[in-house]
Amino acid sequence: MTRETLFNSAALAALALVPLWAHFSGEPFTVTLATRAVILALAAVGLHIALGLGGLVSLGHAVFFGIGGYAMGILAHHAQTYTPLMEWPFVIEGTKSMPVIWLVAVVLSSVVAYFIGLLSLRTSGVYFIMITLAFGQMFFFFAISWSAYGGEDGLSIYVRNGFPGVNTLVPIQFYALCFVILAAVMFFAARLQRSPFGLALNAARQVPDRVETVGLNPMRLRLVAFVLSGAITGLAGALFADLNRFVSPTMFSWQMSGELIIFIILGGLGRLYGPVVGAVVFVALEHILGDLSDYWHIYLGVLLLGVVLFARGGIIGMLLGREVAHD
Amino acid sequence: MTEAILATQGISKSFGALKASDDVSIDLMAGEIHAIIGPNGAGKSTLIKQICGGLKPDTGTVKLLGEDVTDLPTELRARAGLGRTFQISALAMEDTVLQNAVLGALGGQGNPWRFFKPVLKDQDLLDTAMEALERVGLQDHAKTRTAELSHGQRRQLEVAVALTLKPKAFVMDEPMAGLGTEGSKRLTEFLGDLRHQAPILLVEHDMDAVFALADRISVLVYGKVIATGTVEEIRANKDVRDAYLGDEA
Amino acid sequence: MSLILLIEQILNGLQFGIMLFLMAAGLTLIFGVMGLINLAHGSLYMIGAFCAAAVAGATGSFLLGLIAALAGAAIAGALVELVVIRRLYTKDHLDQVLATFALILIFSEGTRWLFGSFPLFLDIPDALSGPVTLPGGIEYPLYRLTLIIVGLLVAAGLFLLISRTRLGIQIRAGENDREMIAALGVDIAKLYTIVFALGAALAGLAGALVGAIQSVQVGMGEPVLILAFVVIVIGGIGSIKGALIGAILVGLTDTLGGIFLPELMKLFFSPATATSIGSSIASMSIYILMAAVLVLRPTGLFGARA
Repeated sequence: MTRETLFNSAALAALALVPLWAHFSGEPFTVTLATRAVILALAAVGLHIALGLGGLVSLGHAVFFGIGGYAMGILAHHAQTYTPLMEWPFVIEGTKSMPVIWLVAVVLSSVVAYFIGLLSLRTSGVYFIMITLAFGQMFFFFAISWSAYGGEDGLSIYVRNGFPGVNTLVPIQFYALCFVILAAVMFFAARLQRSPFGLALNAARQVPDRVETVGLNPMRLRLVAFVLSGAITGLAGALFADLNRFVSPTMFSWQMSGELIIFIILGGLGRLYGPVVGAVVFVALEHILGDLSDYWHIYLGVLLLGVVLFARGGIIGMLLGREVAHD
Repeated sequence: MTEAILATQGISKSFGALKASDDVSIDLMAGEIHAIIGPNGAGKSTLIKQICGGLKPDTGTVKLLGEDVTDLPTELRARAGLGRTFQISALAMEDTVLQNAVLGALGGQGNPWRFFKPVLKDQDLLDTAMEALERVGLQDHAKTRTAELSHGQRRQLEVAVALTLKPKAFVMDEPMAGLGTEGSKRLTEFLGDLRHQAPILLVEHDMDAVFALADRISVLVYGKVIATGTVEEIRANKDVRDAYLGDEA
Repeated sequence: MSLILLIEQILNGLQFGIMLFLMAAGLTLIFGVMGLINLAHGSLYMIGAFCAAAVAGATGSFLLGLIAALAGAAIAGALVELVVIRRLYTKDHLDQVLATFALILIFSEGTRWLFGSFPLFLDIPDALSGPVTLPGGIEYPLYRLTLIIVGLLVAAGLFLLISRTRLGIQIRAGENDREMIAALGVDIAKLYTIVFALGAALAGLAGALVGAIQSVQVGMGEPVLILAFVVIVIGGIGSIKGALIGAILVGLTDTLGGIFLPELMKLFFSPATATSIGSSIASMSIYILMAAVLVLRPTGLFGARA
């Protein structure tokens, strides 16, 4: 256990220090890249709760990523055009305040996760995979057809939204904000893993029959996990849209859902920092290999295949050895 | 007449043309071990599923402590006091022995909706879990990963997890499965004591254990109970010998 | 809304559905027999389309293109099965998803590398172009009608294969109990390769046939794959009958929904808003159908009851 905690602390420290160094060396692009990595890591941590802990293979987690993104896009769009969202039965104005946007993103994602979970968790593994993929596609096509908010072309937000006390336009400050959020969520996730809920959920993943016969309901456990998971990924979506000042239907795409799972597997399934390591490595690869070749996805595919077939524990597994700490 | 702790009344279950359970009425009284024996395919697992939850009988009722539980899902029957062990150990292999026992204690406590405090620091859960582990003799292995336990130790853990619920009745599905002579002897002694804490409905193939332990035996053949009685009565019963025991009984 | 338009749209829905069936049938067979969820099926669809377009473009013969599609997809399928898929049968669904997702990346980018990012063109053969007059005076594109007929023929062929041939018996037995048929001496490895290649050929055929009315480009397979999943969820996994009925339901819902929902919305909203809201809901109609089926039957219309 201590080895993994050491590793996790080192990873967190690196995430704090490297961008700081980049900032002071005058490399704002690295800071932006790091911000991208941290936000994607956050999205993947959300998925980890459903997938790593709960064993739910959600191939449609981009749904929540997109919901968060569009929550931001829609609210900020109405704010920047000075038009209200709704006038009847009561007036809802847009907003460019990040805390409000995050709250909306989290609540919406949770509600959608609740209903998708309710429908799809009654079925077994394979159906769940296909259903979540299908719902992702549904939102994707819906966003494309919703011309009021850009449709296929997406929606641009001219100025990044605001957070009290922070100048979000400065890359390192926005990065710090995202980093703090990630750290807070990691702390929560770590506690969750060790909590009674975490124990029960983990057991439900391994032996659902046993969980029933000790008096707990596996489906309810999974539903709660799925909702928590969707909420976190939704928050990441809102941040991502703010990073790019742009939201488009691709945030809902199956490719996005696939990427989230790739982060987790690359980093190490079941490991708390798996999604973080995976996201960072992926963003780095994307940047480095993407420069070298237009077709770098082939290498990604081969790498992924290799990890699945031969190095199932991912990067953390290779560094720390086979067993996932469970205490 | 004292109320049965656990009882089925006339339960039947068909799968298409196959009648897996045919008007089965069995009861379990306090302080006893009631063994269910029968050849493979007799419908023992179908019966267990209808008693413990997961399979609804076509007709008939299942009662626990006098309450009708036929429509209750598995987890609510467990909460009501039904403990169960599986023929193939159903344990979280990646977790430690202690974690598995704590899972049982958590179920008994009834509230998994706590997200923050480390579960292994909850004194109540730890006490219940360790108490159960001590009863089966696994307390020294609390920190061992379940995957590393021997088969016999896993069967012990299986029983321990059921114990943490402090159930009113046990349904045990072939607890002796895979145990050697030494293990079977110890488990037989253990179950002999356990019956006084809560009665046991024991589905078993190991005839030595059954004859040593059972207060009553019911014989299930093709989904039907063909005989119920004491060990001597069943051994002497001609139908039973023809159907199952043969002449060596 | 004239009757003629309605019938045209119904036929379109049927055509769309039947092509979906070709995808779904392969997927459900592969899952039913091998227990494998295959995300790379969309790639096989794409490979079929590209083979057809390349060969038809080079030789001028649509028929040769079709044969190339069947062969190309089947060979690609068999190769993939031998090299990658075989290692996945004993692994859990997550591993299967990830590995086949990796295959999507490799195939998509590989195709893009070979053929570039611009779509290829596959022309409807002259013999099948132009409208045909149906009873009732309705004019309908001959090619699309041919697709419906071809699809139904393939469906009939599949049913015969499953119910009357030795291979079919092995498939049905394999769906029920994998270990048993191995114990009975059936060469499982060969059976699996054949089933996978069969599914691939069906996907390739669909890709080639549809490629003539839509464009042949990288990434064309995945949206169809996901729709095929919806079909399987509705129809029930492992059931070819379910795949057919589910596919037709999905095809009709999508096509008719796209027509009727905007019209329905016009009862409540202005024409412009109605069209916009209507088409948005129409784009979701298939998934709403799927959700409705799930509420009533979590394992699909013809799936194994839980």
